[in-house]
Amino acid sequence: MSYIVDRRLNSKNKSTVNRERFLRRYRGHIKKAVSDAIDKRSITDIDSGEKISIPSKDISEPSFSHGEGGARDRVLPGNDEFVAGDKIKRPQGGAGGGGNGSGASDSGEGDDDFVFQITQEEFLDFMFEDLALPNLVKRQLAGNEEFKTHRAGVSNEGSPGQVNIVRTLRSANARRIALTGKKRKALRLLEAKLADITPPKDDLEAADRVKLQAQITELKAKIKRVPWLDDFDLKYNLQVKYPVPHSRAVMFCVMDVSGSMDQATKDVAKRFFLLLFLFLQRNYEKTEVVFIRHHTSAKEVDEQEFFYSRETGGTIVSSALKLMDHIIKDRYPPGEWNIYGAQASDGDNWNDDSHQCYQLLTENIMPAVQYFSYIEITPRDRQALWHAYEKVAERFPEAFALRHLMSVADIYPVFRDLFKKQAA
Amino acid sequence: MSNYISTSSEWTFDLIQRYDKEISMIADDFQLDTYPNQIEIISSEQMMDAYASVGMPVGYNHWSYGKQFLGVEQGYKRGQMGLAYEIVINSDPCIAYLMEENTMMMQALVIAHACYGHNSFFKGNYLFKTWTDASAIIDYLVFAKNYIAKCEEKHGVDAVEDLLDSCHAIMSYGVDRYKRPYPLSQHEEETRQQEREMYLQKQVNDLWRTIPTDVSTEKQTAAPTFPSEPQENLLYFFEKNAPLLEPWQREIVRIVRKMAQYFYPQKQTQVMNEGWATFWHYTIMNELYDRRLITEGFMLEFIQSHSGVVYQPPYNHQYYSGINPYTLGFSMMQDIRRMCQNPTAEDKKWFPDIAGSHWLQTLDFAMRNFKDESFILQFLSPKVMRDLKLFCILDDDKNPTINVSAIHDDRGYRRVREALSEQYNLSNREPNIQVYSVDVRGDRSLTLHHTQHNRMPLDDKSTDEVIKHIHRLWGFDIHLYSLDEGVRQQIFHCPNPQTDKPQIPLPTVAPHLVGP
Repeated sequence: MSYIVDRRLNSKNKSTVNRERFLRRYRGHIKKAVSDAIDKRSITDIDSGEKISIPSKDISEPSFSHGEGGARDRVLPGNDEFVAGDKIKRPQGGAGGGGNGSGASDSGEGDDDFVFQITQEEFLDFMFEDLALPNLVKRQLAGNEEFKTHRAGVSNEGSPGQVNIVRTLRSANARRIALTGKKRKALRLLEAKLADITPPKDDLEAADRVKLQAQITELKAKIKRVPWLDDFDLKYNLQVKYPVPHSRAVMFCVMDVSGSMDQATKDVAKRFFLLLFLFLQRNYEKTEVVFIRHHTSAKEVDEQEFFYSRETGGTIVSSALKLMDHIIKDRYPPGEWNIYGAQASDGDNWNDDSHQCYQLLTENIMPAVQYFSYIEITPRDRQALWHAYEKVAERFPEAFALRHLMSVADIYPVFRDLFKKQAA
Repeated sequence: MSNYISTSSEWTFDLIQRYDKEISMIADDFQLDTYPNQIEIISSEQMMDAYASVGMPVGYNHWSYGKQFLGVEQGYKRGQMGLAYEIVINSDPCIAYLMEENTMMMQALVIAHACYGHNSFFKGNYLFKTWTDASAIIDYLVFAKNYIAKCEEKHGVDAVEDLLDSCHAIMSYGVDRYKRPYPLSQHEEETRQQEREMYLQKQVNDLWRTIPTDVSTEKQTAAPTFPSEPQENLLYFFEKNAPLLEPWQREIVRIVRKMAQYFYPQKQTQVMNEGWATFWHYTIMNELYDRRLITEGFMLEFIQSHSGVVYQPPYNHQYYSGINPYTLGFSMMQDIRRMCQNPTAEDKKWFPDIAGSHWLQTLDFAMRNFKDESFILQFLSPKVMRDLKLFCILDDDKNPTINVSAIHDDRGYRRVREALSEQYNLSNREPNIQVYSVDVRGDRSLTLHHTQHNRMPLDDKSTDEVIKHIHRLWGFDIHLYSLDEGVRQQIFHCPNPQTDKPQIPLPTVAPHLVGP
């Protein structure tokens, strides 16, 4: 007799722990593969899983085995040309034997890489491992936005839907006991008397009985008049609303789109913004992004326009900073939002504008933001804007960082450098 | 009027039940003796899980299983490999996994193959009877999993992982070849384990006692070497004698050793086991067809899949990767039946006692009393050698060429048969390494001897790696000599005096020394 069991609904992730152990053991390898992958990937799919490959020899499990040499007999199938006594030239590469393609070498070490897939979640974990958001995370109570309710005992008022039946009946019962106590005691006395004279011995007693019976009926009626359920018996479950503190972040992407910024430079900038966005998204429940682009004047745009539309003209950086300042005051009160700024540019600026940038940053923007990073993408020498920003960095060493990028390959290292976990 | 069980390729639980009933009746007619069956339907993800845990339903956690899982998952998802249609576990009741993706034909095939073929082999073969205890294995696995999980909590995942790595490296050297291991239930196992822990530690402490003894007795005891005879079960030796292991570490060594022991018969009966199961699924399916229980379409589908299983690519084929155990085993089993039923003159000359005998009894005898090596030596007939066109080559590094020493002809049959049998001799396939001596009074170093077979040396790279693991278990210097007829051919040391700075890889444990 056989038992047939349907196990398809059982958990199917029995290997999860072992898989994790494996990833843990080869952390170093995987991290390297991830950081290579980030450079190679196209911009749009930075947010997906990744194929990781590790040299097989690094993960082989050793065991005793025979090396080359010595004498060995081998029996092979499918003889098509040999007779006993034939001599075959030794194939290159040692004791392979008469066949080709004997892929499994004796030592158990293939040269192929061991390839496997990690999920998006794991990919991002590895990508942002050891990174932390610099300083101050505000978890502001966001006034009127999100509430949760929870039970907070019982109240006398509420909506009919919230009636607590048990408590209501209990209090009705208590009230009835309290209001009828004396009458019931009197009733018991009367009933006892009545019992004494039942059956009646003479006419006098019979007359008493009638009187007693009338009194009892009256008392019972009185008791009955106490209502079963009264208005003030009603009890309601009390639900209390409380605001949910949640952290939210807004990220300002500021980019120069003047004539000097070519598509390649924008590409680098975009990757940087993307990384930052993903990173913020993992740290905050809610992340908003504001795109500001500028040449001689600044404009808030949507993502598509931000990255792909073409503009020409000169460059006035302060216009973008002004707009940013304006938007912060308008929509993102610094008390409630974690504000991050990221600016990318090729370093060009109208000459006497750099000082204005310095002032705008130090006086208006820096006090409001959590962190502001500036990356300059240019192979050329630094210009006035960089020097002005250097001064800002001196005043706000904690919250302001500037880095210089040459090519796509620099992005991830620079990013890691910017958000490195500070030693406590 | 037809009495086909089913005509569609969709399976249902009802149909599986009916097929199983019919198959079990046929199996009964053929006198197959089996454990009760437990057939479990699983999905492909669960099959991948089963793959990664060497087919067992429970197992302790280790990264190498994760690696295997990732490999299987990758191969399967990309369509580079299919999954096995079934996995069967040598337990009582015998658990067989069927994949839900299989067609009805495949399910029936798998039931015949696993639930009656493998199952009866597990129950009947002498190696399985001697070395494994089908009723206790699941209990033991649960015990092992819990114990190792507890150790991880207590001593950290890394410490346990390192130890398991080391044990796995010499897992093939953890089997007793000549003693029957003891079956224990999970409960007994747990109570015994605690007693063992204390007792063992006392023993070890005694061995490594450093208190000065009387000089007169010293002289007498210094002479005998330890161990008194070379030991081939390395894991057992370390479990009992390694000086620096903590009790929990000894227990883990023991668990790995037990697992190795459990899988040992399977390694030795691959050809027989698969051949037996394949022979029976072939016979049973044909019987189903003869009894008009399955349709011609069903039969065609079966033949197609069966011939895929027993295909043997020739030696010069791009997919050749050794002799297919299914082919060899199936051909031999079929051939035994043929020799019993229709013996030729050749058969009568080669197998006088088999030719013309009762085929069921002869096959049953073969299944019960042999392992691959002896089975081939005993039953491989000239006809099978001719059919498979087997030939034997000698690859000797002393010769400039590889020589074809024998082929499938009158002069060569015996030679080919012996060579093939040798090829399945486990002790030739794995280097023969034994514990030779321990410098008990000196630096506590351990000396291992490798006895070369046909002058085959050890592989340098992997040997270096493995003795590092042995070093971790033993805690003191390791010397490994590879001997050919008593002459040292290769020498390995760990730590290597040339490259390594002195270090002890297990600094977390202090030597257990007995106080005065």
